[in-house]
Amino acid sequence: MKKEGEIRIPAGCAISSIFSKNGKNICGDRIVNSMRVMHDRSNGLGAGYAGYGIYPQYKDYYAFHIFYDHTKAREECEQFLEMHFDIINLSKIPVKKTPAITDEPLIWRYFVAPLPTKLAESQLDEKEFVVRCCIRINTQITGAYIFSSGKNMGVFKAVGYPEDVGEFYRLDEYEGYCWTAHGRYPTNTPGWWGGAHPFAMLDMSVVHNGEISSYDANRRYIEMFGYKCTLLTDTEVITYIIDYLTRREKLTMEETAQIIAAPFWSTIATKSPEERARLEYLRDTFASLLITGPFSILVGFDGGLMALNDRLKLRSMVVGEKDDMVYIASEECAIRVIEPELDKLWSPKGGEAVIVRLNGGVK
Amino acid sequence: MIITAGTMHFQELNAMIRDSRDREVIIDKCFGQRYIGSGLSGKNITINGTPGNALGAYLNGATINVNGNAQDAIGDTMNEGEIVVNGSSGDATGYAMRGGSIFVKENAGYRAGIHMKSYKDKSPVIVIGGCAGSFLGEYQAGGKIIVLGIGNDGAPPVGYFCGTGMHGGKILLRCNTPPADLPAQVCVTEATKDALDEFVPYIDAYCDKFGVSSVGIYDSKFYILEPNSGNPYKRLYTQN
Repeated sequence: MKKEGEIRIPAGCAISSIFSKNGKNICGDRIVNSMRVMHDRSNGLGAGYAGYGIYPQYKDYYAFHIFYDHTKAREECEQFLEMHFDIINLSKIPVKKTPAITDEPLIWRYFVAPLPTKLAESQLDEKEFVVRCCIRINTQITGAYIFSSGKNMGVFKAVGYPEDVGEFYRLDEYEGYCWTAHGRYPTNTPGWWGGAHPFAMLDMSVVHNGEISSYDANRRYIEMFGYKCTLLTDTEVITYIIDYLTRREKLTMEETAQIIAAPFWSTIATKSPEERARLEYLRDTFASLLITGPFSILVGFDGGLMALNDRLKLRSMVVGEKDDMVYIASEECAIRVIEPELDKLWSPKGGEAVIVRLNGGVK
Repeated sequence: MIITAGTMHFQELNAMIRDSRDREVIIDKCFGQRYIGSGLSGKNITINGTPGNALGAYLNGATINVNGNAQDAIGDTMNEGEIVVNGSSGDATGYAMRGGSIFVKENAGYRAGIHMKSYKDKSPVIVIGGCAGSFLGEYQAGGKIIVLGIGNDGAPPVGYFCGTGMHGGKILLRCNTPPADLPAQVCVTEATKDALDEFVPYIDAYCDKFGVSSVGIYDSKFYILEPNSGNPYKRLYTQN
């Protein structure tokens, strides 16, 4: 069978998230239950979760989650890791066998810190060093794929329905202050473990419902900065764009949203002169990073979560709030099923970023 | 008949509704089941909870009453009957609707009334009590869309691009000023008392259903949006 990235078939999906602003621990089974009622939005060809605050005992180390096709790939990858990182802990990620999930690769987890000598030699900042190592493994070691590389967070994904993938990874054994989730209905690619969402780069992860029409324009631009879009899926390019704008260009999440889901020129024209100048600057400077076509995305990052719709709002998204908890999902029922009584429920406008952050850290 | 839906699959729930001999069907604890009442006639359905997408699609005479919010695409291509939402509705409310009526107590999402049409004795109506999102009445070809803007302090109760591509039917907005960005093919007039007459039965029905006093509602300006007569698309599909 051809893998993701080698074939393109000419997306409905489901997304959901839970966030505790007070940094309370939320058990992973809640997000799985939220996804369960949106079963029919997926077709069993991919699902995944990102949990934040789930590795407090290793919070200062990068947590690498890696798929291996075979033991040889693991040996080769571990050799590379040992040359570049101090490996504090390594193990298979615990899974529960279920008939609904088959053909799993070898799935390993490593807690690592860059070797000081290697880092100094590279003359890169630490995050850039880690990113380059990940890209190198994913593009040069056949059969190895790092799908999660952040600190105190982790991505869990597979080919299957969301509720089965949650059970497979035993998410009820993890707790964190934020969870995002995705159920996939791939329309462009065949569906492979690595191609499931979330897509992650360091601690930033993206789940996406939609089908962007600017893929190639975005890809050509972002590849100038060392990223490699290997999977032909639009979510991969969205992940790299957000990483580039926030980590490398040091823009805020709000500014990032105003670039990728920029207001129409006719809307910008109605703003005050200062605001108009600011929005025009962002649109002009990063014109190639405007994302067109339908999307609703959830972006998890260290200490926060952003939800964003395309500016025409061609995908659904609702936000529910209850005390310090924020719930964001493709459908209201996915929120009500885990929190029937909400203080507030609303739909963000197209291009209106909803950003939630921790009130002073994790508890 | 009373059905506790819970997380039952939509196929099972909809089969139970279709096969029921009772005219009155109550669905409790509804969590996102799709296509409830699709194509249905001769029944009155009450839903407690959150019905899923495409509620009342192709509805053909049945009535649906939702105690809660509705999700996307309610009344998609509905032909006859009534959907009442005691809350807000999602995107594409009344998508391509061609008959019957939809009443939404609070707000509707983007693209309410998109591709709505009328033909001969069929003329659909959507009444939204609060505000509607962008692209209200996009490509509207017939029927009436009424947005009352309750709680919106007289500002236009719509988002951007209202009436884009509209070539038939009417939109009535209750506000002090019309939307600033109406497209060139839409003409807007302040409603005279006579012009308002054809909308009154539906506004009264809204007030009646949701227990809202009509006195405060009529004590406001109203604007009527119609495609202007120079619009080349007006007679392309049907006389309306």
